[in-house]
Amino acid sequence: MTEAGAWWTLLAAPAMLLALAGLAAAGHAVLAARDAGRPVGPAAMVRPFTGVPRALLAQPRRLPAPDVLLWRAGVITVPVAAVLSTLVIPFGGVTVADLSVGVVWFNAMEVLTWAGLWLAGWGPDAAFPLVGGYRFLAQGLAYELPLMFALISAATGAQSLRVGDIATSQQGLWYAVWMPVAFIVYLAGVLAFSFLGPFAYPAGRDLAGGVMSETSGADRLVLRAGRWLWLAAGAAMAVPLFLGGGAGPGMPAWAWQAVKTLLVLAALVLALRRLPMIRADRYVEFAWVVLIPLTIVQVLVPALVDLNR
Amino acid sequence: MTTTDLLLLGVLGALALTGGVLVFTLDSMARVTFSLLASLACAGGMVTVLGLPYLGVVIVLMMVMEMVIMAVFMIAYMMNPAGLMPMSMLHNKRGSLVISAVAFAALVVGIFGVSWPRRTGARPKDTTFQVGMSLMGRQMLTMVTLGFVLLATMVGATVLATHRGRYDRFGDGLDQRPANDPAGGGVGR
Repeated sequence: MTEAGAWWTLLAAPAMLLALAGLAAAGHAVLAARDAGRPVGPAAMVRPFTGVPRALLAQPRRLPAPDVLLWRAGVITVPVAAVLSTLVIPFGGVTVADLSVGVVWFNAMEVLTWAGLWLAGWGPDAAFPLVGGYRFLAQGLAYELPLMFALISAATGAQSLRVGDIATSQQGLWYAVWMPVAFIVYLAGVLAFSFLGPFAYPAGRDLAGGVMSETSGADRLVLRAGRWLWLAAGAAMAVPLFLGGGAGPGMPAWAWQAVKTLLVLAALVLALRRLPMIRADRYVEFAWVVLIPLTIVQVLVPALVDLNR
Repeated sequence: MTTTDLLLLGVLGALALTGGVLVFTLDSMARVTFSLLASLACAGGMVTVLGLPYLGVVIVLMMVMEMVIMAVFMIAYMMNPAGLMPMSMLHNKRGSLVISAVAFAALVVGIFGVSWPRRTGARPKDTTFQVGMSLMGRQMLTMVTLGFVLLATMVGATVLATHRGRYDRFGDGLDQRPANDPAGGGVGR
């Protein structure tokens, strides 16, 4: 059972999410160092963070006619939505806000990234970011519906939209085991809404960084942090949704949850380095012709199980 | 309702109205779209405060997606190229004033004219289940019909809008493989 946390959990949850995101970025940097033949060690680990002070102090790039209000709003929306999405995730039996519609809340916060990235692309009034923003929408139309059906699968299995109920209803058998399609589609969705790895299309190298290309200084830092925060939030949400939450033998719930979250995060970081980037026009057909029917059939499985209970 | 709820309701209502006014006073298509989104998100918040959290959060979810997609089409099809130049959101001022005044008057008369029912029984703890039952219980036929009508409308609109049919894709004898498409898809049909 989960309970609503005290006021300080409101500060602890973002701090934990930030730590997770930092770990993911550090892990990614270590793998990059290994692939590039550089020495793998603490220096490689802190490499992504050495630019942080410089980014905070840097003179922002000036553009002829930006819409600064919308640009800022978009850039800030991405990490803020990631932090807000974690409010409903139970950790060791405690949730910051134990909403009865937690899954829908997570989904709504994730969809806010659509608005955030489109605005971040529109704001600078420059071609490459604009194309990047539109690319994210094309990608969103592809990944969103399968992701929604994956979330619905877990909620249908538990007959509840409360994330804590979904975690506790997996006594004995994880949803990842008997809803593998939903689990994989969910993980693909996590990579897609953090626009990393195979779904880095909106910020692709072929577009000089796309939606990120004109951001500079603190804005750039915030937007880049938003990507890793979303990856961490998605990994943290995967545990109560599909991996039984904090359930496990021998260790307290929070320890199991931390171990599982770190494993999911590690798997995501490995996957995003291994997989090539996929264009949205190719993924959209795959998503609509293959993934949506598959996930609808996947939702049918827990629905039938529920009816026969 | 507690005092906090009433206060929240008031603040969200005021913000929603402000967003609505901004829709007609701002001069950039993107800003207009996102003030409409802010207004609708506040409406979602109001529904949540009124005790329907599922509908409230879903309103926010759907409105973000719809407004972002709407921004794409509004900017693409506006008379002003790409919506980049300052523009006025006001057209047909006299007609729209009449329509909005009549609609406002009808709603106000409705609010005061209808004899609202008194609450009987206790308020349910989780209203999501009740919303689901009232939509999918007795109204199942309505919802199924609505679903098919919506789907048929979308498919029909897409078919009418596209200038290519199966003969363009597969040739006159429908035997040309792979299909002749301007952009290749992901599954190689």
